Amino acid sequence: MIINHQKCIACGNCVAVCPMNAIYVDTKINRANIDDDACVECGTCYRGMSTENLNPRFARTIRKIAKSLRFRMEPEPDVCPTSAIEMNELEMPRLVRQIFSDPVVEHTSTGIKGRGTEEVKTNDVRLRVDTGEVGYTIEFGRPGVGVRFSDIQKMTRTLANLGVTFEKNNPVNHLLTDVKKGDLRADILNEKILSAIVEIKTDINMVEKILLTVREVNRDIDTVTAVGISTRCGEDGEDNILGPLLEKLGYSNFRAKTNMGLGRITNKVSFTKTEGQIK
Amino acid sequence: MTNTLHRYGNAISFRDDYILFAIPSKGINDEDCIPKLKEFLRICSRHSPVNMGNGNRSSLAPEKGLSPTVHWKRIAVKDWQSVIEGVEKPGTVSAVFSSKENAEACMKEIVAADLGFSINMSTSVENAKKAAEASNIKRHSVEYSLGFNDPHDHLPDSKVLALSTMCGHGMVSFNMAKKMIEMVREGRRSSEDAANTLVRFCPCGIYNSDRAKRILDETIGKTK
Repeated sequence: MIINHQKCIACGNCVAVCPMNAIYVDTKINRANIDDDACVECGTCYRGMSTENLNPRFARTIRKIAKSLRFRMEPEPDVCPTSAIEMNELEMPRLVRQIFSDPVVEHTSTGIKGRGTEEVKTNDVRLRVDTGEVGYTIEFGRPGVGVRFSDIQKMTRTLANLGVTFEKNNPVNHLLTDVKKGDLRADILNEKILSAIVEIKTDINMVEKILLTVREVNRDIDTVTAVGISTRCGEDGEDNILGPLLEKLGYSNFRAKTNMGLGRITNKVSFTKTEGQIK
Repeated sequence: MTNTLHRYGNAISFRDDYILFAIPSKGINDEDCIPKLKEFLRICSRHSPVNMGNGNRSSLAPEKGLSPTVHWKRIAVKDWQSVIEGVEKPGTVSAVFSSKENAEACMKEIVAADLGFSINMSTSVENAKKAAEASNIKRHSVEYSLGFNDPHDHLPDSKVLALSTMCGHGMVSFNMAKKMIEMVREGRRSSEDAANTLVRFCPCGIYNSDRAKRILDETIGKTK
């Protein structure tokens, strides 16, 4: 992401918009700037802001006059008045920032937008997590903190050591060079992204161990994590195993995504309902 | 994808937060699915949603090339039709409701329509259970949010967090949420305008403008 200094009038609107605090107004040149190391190429400033096409010279003059009279020019808070934010062409390894941070960019590895897979949202037709199994989504960096792949690797290495099953179709999995060790590609380790989700699966007996491990590893990595944990309900539509276990472990699991079980095969030729997993 | 799981709040705070989404699965129920995805959204649009999205745009999207007159008058119109007509390829489509009645009525109609997609509801565990019971269906799977681990104290206060996490991809920054709280507190924006400003940053269309308005009002002590 770049800010076109020919157009920028240093109104500062984009400063608050950036989820990573990467934009600032450089008072020496009176233009907004982007800290390239902090920027995760999420596109919030470029795509999320509305724009006007004010003449920059005219807008600067108005701002100078207003400033001298101690008036405050207050553009709409989500508007870039001169369309000064532009998207530049990215190459690897920096491109990985955009792939993991910008939700409208499709992951070429999974064919879907976003940072995870379908998790249990399509479990009624794919049976990714069956009875007695538990699926986990471990998200790093969101909200508002970001994470480097080197920190994610600390988690993947620890989890791999516990013998978990990584979800094959997850975008992070495609960056693992050694699934058994949990090693990620060396060229991306220093790249910062807005968030990434590691997805694993275990049997029910591992729940306490996994959750404790995530907390322990999180202490060593300077970011936030959020864990989603899923299971298949019984024939009666009730979860009598995982929910009660989580309560016993002290988690207040009141927010959930619930698969209502309405999916079915409608294609004339369909694939098998279960997807392969990498052990 | 939509990423609605980790919204910040307690169970009661989700009383006005119901997200329904339909997901076609590649190789299973994605053949000729575009008309059915549009039908899902059409059904949702009849039950007073507060937002809808098709993966590419939400019902209240950023506007490009605005006239400077928006400084004095800006009208926010949620455009359901563009979301429905904008479904071009298989992918997640979603709708957000701020009342139990609307969400459950919509769910019933979706069950009757038998579209064949996986249908999910993101809200509190209890809300979703009641919606399933009201539609006489049994839940298949459930994914619980265990909240945020923040051992390094990065996260802001609960109101900012509640506003920010309604975009599950993190496109609503803490600073923008704080700015809207301040603008409402200082009387420079109405809570409705501030909520709509935040909605525009969420490209998937899952930001709940009614809940945001309520949180903003609560923050300045207007309602409890």
